[in-house]
Amino acid sequence: MSLNDEVELLRQVPIFANIEPAKLKLLAFTSERLTFRKGLDLCVQGDPGDAAFIIIEGEADIIIEMANGDSKTVSQIGKHQIVGEISILCDVPRTATVRASSDVVVLRISKDLFFRLVSEFPQMAVQILRELAARLEQTTAQLAKSLGNN
Amino acid sequence: MEKSIFKYILKFSSRQQVTLTLMAILSFPVLYIFYELPKQIINGAIQGDPETFPQKAELFGLNLGFSVDHIQWLIILCILFLILVVINQAFKYIINVYKGLTGERMLRRLRYDLYSRVLRFPRGTFKNMSQGEIIPMITAEVEPLGGFIGDAFAQPIFQGGQLLVILGFLFAQNPFMAAAAVALYPIQLYLIPKLQMKVNLLGKERVKRVRTLSDRIGETVQGVEEVHVHDTSRRERAEFSYQLSGIFDVRYKIYRQKFFIKFVNNFIQQLGPFFFYSIGGYLVIKGELEVGTLMAAIAAHKDLASPWKELLGYYQKQADSKIKYDQVISQFEPVDMIDELAQTEEPKDDNGLSGDLSLTNVILNDDQETAIVDGANIKFSLNESVALVGIPGSGREDLAMLLARLIQPSSGSINLGGNDISQAPESLTGRRMSYVGSGGYVFSSSLADNLYYGLRHKQISENPDSEKAKEFKSTISTSVASGNSTDDPNAIWTDYAAAGATDDDSLVEQALRVLEIADLTDDVYQLGLRGTIDPDTKKQTTDLVLQARESFIQKIANDKDLANLVESFEVNSYNTNATVGENLIFGNPTSDEFDMNHLGNHSYVMSVLDKAGLKDKMLHTGYQVAATMVELFADLPPDHEFFQQFSFISSEELPDFQAILGRVSKEHLDQLKEDEVAKLIGLPFLLVPARHRLGIVTEEFQGEILKARKIFSEGLPESLKKDIEFYNSNQYITGATLQDNILFGKIAYGEAESADRVGKILADVIAQIGLRKAIVSVGLDFNVGISGSRLTLAQRQKLILARSIIKNPDVLIISDGLSAIESNIVETIMKKLVNEMKGRCLLWIVPSTSQASYFDKTIAMKKGKIIKFGSFEELNSGDGLAKLIEDKNK
Repeated sequence: MSLNDEVELLRQVPIFANIEPAKLKLLAFTSERLTFRKGLDLCVQGDPGDAAFIIIEGEADIIIEMANGDSKTVSQIGKHQIVGEISILCDVPRTATVRASSDVVVLRISKDLFFRLVSEFPQMAVQILRELAARLEQTTAQLAKSLGNN
Repeated sequence: MEKSIFKYILKFSSRQQVTLTLMAILSFPVLYIFYELPKQIINGAIQGDPETFPQKAELFGLNLGFSVDHIQWLIILCILFLILVVINQAFKYIINVYKGLTGERMLRRLRYDLYSRVLRFPRGTFKNMSQGEIIPMITAEVEPLGGFIGDAFAQPIFQGGQLLVILGFLFAQNPFMAAAAVALYPIQLYLIPKLQMKVNLLGKERVKRVRTLSDRIGETVQGVEEVHVHDTSRRERAEFSYQLSGIFDVRYKIYRQKFFIKFVNNFIQQLGPFFFYSIGGYLVIKGELEVGTLMAAIAAHKDLASPWKELLGYYQKQADSKIKYDQVISQFEPVDMIDELAQTEEPKDDNGLSGDLSLTNVILNDDQETAIVDGANIKFSLNESVALVGIPGSGREDLAMLLARLIQPSSGSINLGGNDISQAPESLTGRRMSYVGSGGYVFSSSLADNLYYGLRHKQISENPDSEKAKEFKSTISTSVASGNSTDDPNAIWTDYAAAGATDDDSLVEQALRVLEIADLTDDVYQLGLRGTIDPDTKKQTTDLVLQARESFIQKIANDKDLANLVESFEVNSYNTNATVGENLIFGNPTSDEFDMNHLGNHSYVMSVLDKAGLKDKMLHTGYQVAATMVELFADLPPDHEFFQQFSFISSEELPDFQAILGRVSKEHLDQLKEDEVAKLIGLPFLLVPARHRLGIVTEEFQGEILKARKIFSEGLPESLKKDIEFYNSNQYITGATLQDNILFGKIAYGEAESADRVGKILADVIAQIGLRKAIVSVGLDFNVGISGSRLTLAQRQKLILARSIIKNPDVLIISDGLSAIESNIVETIMKKLVNEMKGRCLLWIVPSTSQASYFDKTIAMKKGKIIKFGSFEELNSGDGLAKLIEDKNK
């Protein structure tokens, strides 16, 4: 897959949808394309965050390790989704472990690059806001559901 | 040391000084004849009465026993004169060379003595004396003394004698004239010392100020971080400038004073002719003096001027040297200096220490006479491990240093296995004991040299290189003449037996064992992997590496998951994780000849592209790359880090490429200038398809590069063959690291955690083949840089610890020297070390009170006093150990 294909792919990721292609090309060129074999961790809960990942191919589990030591898969992500951006946005350790449930190909966007893009393109910030709000809504619904179950 | 420079000179070079003096005296008769002979030539030969010839040859009342005619006599006398000239100059030459030899020997001895004294300074001296002061004293300040020492006795005798000879000659001619010539000397002898005194004082001042200055520079270098952190460079400059102005003032005063002395000197010197012309002239006019006599007196006065001037110069030099010597020596005589014998005495036997370590009423006071360690009384067996606990400031580090004899107690005594530690030689404390404190230092040498540092107390045997050993032996006699060390630093010093080893190989084994305890094995192993070896001298390792390569390649070939991790070099396939340039050359460049960044300018590379029909293609590709780079990076500010990290084109070059792209379109590349072609063709050489994903290095392109690779290697001219080592799976790559030699390929881009995973496979292969030891020993050759700067602080501390363990001390004291190592690792090391030191004495200032439970005994300290001593359980009962040592006033 060449750079131009990657740019096409990035355009389909909602938060990058409105960014001009030349910038996406730079983003793609300066990002590392990595393959995580099935079972490898993209990131581990508690580690410092230095990059976000955009899934190009494959799927990964979001796993949360709870206080009692058990771990639980809370969600799954797949193609065109972004993961790991929370810890680079608010400088907190990784809030969850992301583990490849199949061979996963990702674009690894470093923290510096990510911030540069966000500060340069307000529309990207808005997209991220939307994305985060949607997730919050989802989480709240899940919480309500699990509280109801108890 | 000798109180004055003359005493020092006499003590160590009296024989040479006597020889020099004798030579000087011997030269006088020759000199006298040399002055007398011209008179003979003029009076006897030239103006001689022709009637008397042929006559008996008679010179200075000596009958030569044959007769000569007039011309013959002239020729004989002239030849004699010539011979005297030669003898006279030969005397001067020999005396000067011998003076130089004496002076240099003494300078060497003086420097050696001073350095030896630094090694014997008590620790406290370095609180008041810095590197910046010591270094110039031993190097620059004593340098002029060498010149003076040769002159010390010979010069005044030689010049004074010369003066007397000339004077004697003059007196013999005309006593009145001679007296007139020296009439003013007494005035000079009275005035000059008075003036010189002032210069001497200023000289002292100057030396002191320069010392402070160099101290200042040293401080700036060491504290440069603080200067930057607090923006104080301006203040530092001001302070430096202030010091300089002080030095300037002193130097300027010295100049004025010196030239004033010169003025007075010359004035008095010229007074001579003044009196001759005036008084002598008056007498001649009155007819009381002959004009010839007056002329002779003036000439004689002139002759005297040269030795007289030399004598005065000597006087000044002597005064200067005296000050320099006094000033240096006074700094090298601190009180409580370590006894010389304590460092040179060899132990009577090799027996280890046994018995007890006991402290009786040991008190240590600081500068203000407050007790830091206050009346320590304690006794424990040398086969016990002891934990020392106390809060910072409780005196624990000081107690540890007292035990290590790094400081001496103010009163009380410490007995170590029957030896009074204050009297014990360093051969006991330095070989049977060890100490790890905050003052540990890593020397700028290899890891191995640092590790074995504690095993090198004395020369064990000669340099194994007999040629070099012989060379060294030839220099011993001159070392002896200067009272220097006669040991060969390049001989074998490492005491294998002390480390429990017998040869190099078993020493490496011991090193491995010790590194393991100090938790340093992995670090050294990694350094070894990144190290290089010379396959000619390490044949065995080379073979093992090649074996490991084969096994590694097999391992990844047989496993689908691993196959993606490393792409091996294969002569018939393109390596997508290497650059286009690397693929073309397919070898390890051994020089800058084939620098990847300048392949576009290399004529042979271009000729290969031509032959392969690739030049146009490369140019087009280069144009494409340039266009992409300009598109991607043009908007970024020039100092953006992306340029460095990602771009093929630096920010400075970007405008050039922009201009090229703007002027020449893709379809008209023939309009490019020659240097622009080179620039563009150079770009694709840097592409790595797996990494850059520009879609430019297509499979077809790769195939063509492979063809060019063949042309490149086959046609490589003889003159370039030394610049490259072609990859060959059966051959060791000399210039590459051990790791690259084993991998024989490139770690793949785009595989997550590939480096870690490859590292694991590599470790497996290495363990399987038994190569680990060899790799660690290559790691031991790693040069650690100035004061170990190429290691992390934790690595340095581990190395210092390992150095202390490998010499197998009977007593090992660990103070605050492991502060940079993570606490859980320190605890692991502690457990291993307690085990290692079983049956010997390990005393450790444990960072946490609970760690005291690993030790047989515990000493609890508080406010300089030992408050409790016993087993951990004993001390921990009640409120607990932590509570026990707590200082409520703090």
